[in-house]
Amino acid sequence: MTTPPAIEVKNLTVGYEDLNAVRGVSFTLPAGGRMGLVGESGSGKSMTALALMGLLPAGWEAHGEVLHDGVNLVTETDKALSSRRGRTISMVFQDPMSSLNPVRRVGDQIADVIHRHNKVSRRDAMRQAVDLMVQMNLPRPDQLARSYPHQISGGQKQRIMIAMALACYPQLIIADEPTTALDVTVQKQVLRLLNAATRERNSALLMITHDLPVIAAMCDTVAVMYAGRIVEYGPVQDVFRNPRHHYTRGLLDSQPTMDNIALDGSSRLVSIPGMVPPLQRLPSGCAFNPRCPAATEKCRTEMPELGPNGAACWHPVGAVQVVEA
Amino acid sequence: MPVYIARKLAFFLLAVLAASIAIFLLIRGAGGNVAAVILGKDATAEAINALAQQYGLDRPLFVQYFDWIGNLLQGDLGRSFRTNEPVTDLVVSRLSISIPLCVSGLILGLVIAIPAGTYSALNSDKPLGAVIALLSQVGIAVPVFWAGILLSLLFGVRLGWLPTGGWTNWDVSFWGAVRSLVLPVISLGLILGASLTRYVRSAVLDVMNQDYVRTARATGMTRMQALLQVGLRNAALPIATVVGLQIAELIGGTVIIETVFSLPGLSRMILANVAAREVIVVQSTVMLIIIFVMFINLIVDLLYGVLDPRVRLAR
Repeated sequence: MTTPPAIEVKNLTVGYEDLNAVRGVSFTLPAGGRMGLVGESGSGKSMTALALMGLLPAGWEAHGEVLHDGVNLVTETDKALSSRRGRTISMVFQDPMSSLNPVRRVGDQIADVIHRHNKVSRRDAMRQAVDLMVQMNLPRPDQLARSYPHQISGGQKQRIMIAMALACYPQLIIADEPTTALDVTVQKQVLRLLNAATRERNSALLMITHDLPVIAAMCDTVAVMYAGRIVEYGPVQDVFRNPRHHYTRGLLDSQPTMDNIALDGSSRLVSIPGMVPPLQRLPSGCAFNPRCPAATEKCRTEMPELGPNGAACWHPVGAVQVVEA
Repeated sequence: MPVYIARKLAFFLLAVLAASIAIFLLIRGAGGNVAAVILGKDATAEAINALAQQYGLDRPLFVQYFDWIGNLLQGDLGRSFRTNEPVTDLVVSRLSISIPLCVSGLILGLVIAIPAGTYSALNSDKPLGAVIALLSQVGIAVPVFWAGILLSLLFGVRLGWLPTGGWTNWDVSFWGAVRSLVLPVISLGLILGASLTRYVRSAVLDVMNQDYVRTARATGMTRMQALLQVGLRNAALPIATVVGLQIAELIGGTVIIETVFSLPGLSRMILANVAAREVIVVQSTVMLIIIFVMFINLIVDLLYGVLDPRVRLAR
């Protein structure tokens, strides 16, 4: 018997009134698997994550299927979802500074999660919380557990958040740009910790970021999102070595490497011309067509679906360009 | 926390001291010859001198000040020039009306504002939420005396359920006293509750949009649990601040309401004594009210320390 996937998303659409920020996204993350979700700000990756958690802002609605642990999360009641959040599916947010309750001791905040989902005494929950803090490499965990969020550093706060997310050995952890708000010097430590801790627990990881090297280092598969759709999806090595979609290609080209950074100031970094289109004015056909170097008439009228090559593109990179009559 | 309490207490004492000096100088220093003020412009020079000597008003100001403060600290508020009654006795019987009125009004205001403000914050799209927001606006616009008069017309004159005014003392009839206070307390509480509702509403709205409420939900709290355990606990901080600021307004409302309902409370006593030029009585009772306001603010400050570790642990 094969283990069911950690999460299976089928044709997920997330919208506010008639504006859709996510337009028909599908992917499968196997148990213990690790997938990266990349894209520019506004591409719909955070909304996808919040939809999986059932934590969309007021007025937003999700449609489609999100299968997890035998149920469709999209149609579950808030109460039923509450008993899963933090237990089978949990999330690490972007800004640890504002994500912890400022009036509760951090140790209590971890213990709260354990106590809420397990039949353990308050005292045992607290003991487990301190254990978790040890695993998170937090210094003097006994003392730190009694601190309030304002007394500890940003990196420490994010470790506390990760401890809260991991506390109940969830099947899936969603990390939404977990290091964006941190100092560069602690980013790597926190990522390494998240990586090791999820692997140890065999929790699947959905890593949302626009930091491509992070995905290359931590994930097996990657989905590239643009304007609410997945435009390229496949194993990390394939996608990054051999991008088929021109948007993925553009993203990779705009990463600074030792080759394209000129230390004398004459930077040769490439950037993708134009901007992500606003939801109200999505171009017809392929949403990337106004910025795409290979766009043709077909791209402006017909929307490409994800093909067997893993890219939703009429004229994938490397294919022979067919000039249409 | 002990450091925080000590600092707030020290600040309270300093503020009371400063207020006492200010009041003393305003009333004694600015008015010229106090004895002449008390006796009016037809008094003879002999009478003025006699009164000044009798009450020690001819001594240097700072001697008089320390005399007054020394007596205040012993609970002696001085004597009325006219009736020679000790002010302390007068005040104590008045406070047995004013303090229950003020405190019950505040409690009623909170009892109205916290649920109403929370509900309208979470249900701004539903009819009842909008009705609450509207009523709160109306309540802010209505002057407290008018609310008092309307309530008195309805429940006193029309329905005859409650007295339209006047006072039955506690020792005469406990329930009689309570009945005399019901309408004044409701008037104060409604008006205070209306403005507090708006603050509660915006505090809850603000807090429920915070990331840490989302975290609470992401770790398994239902919407209601997140509101009660995380939201309101954090919203209590701005609400406590606003309540502290509203105390002065509440005292002002008490003065008016005591007049509307003919309650012989402390504030009416002050008004009568100002008219009668009872300098000592006015000076001491105003001082008492100031101490009361500052004391409530001290309590709010201490509460703030209890509610917010960032305040308590700050250096």
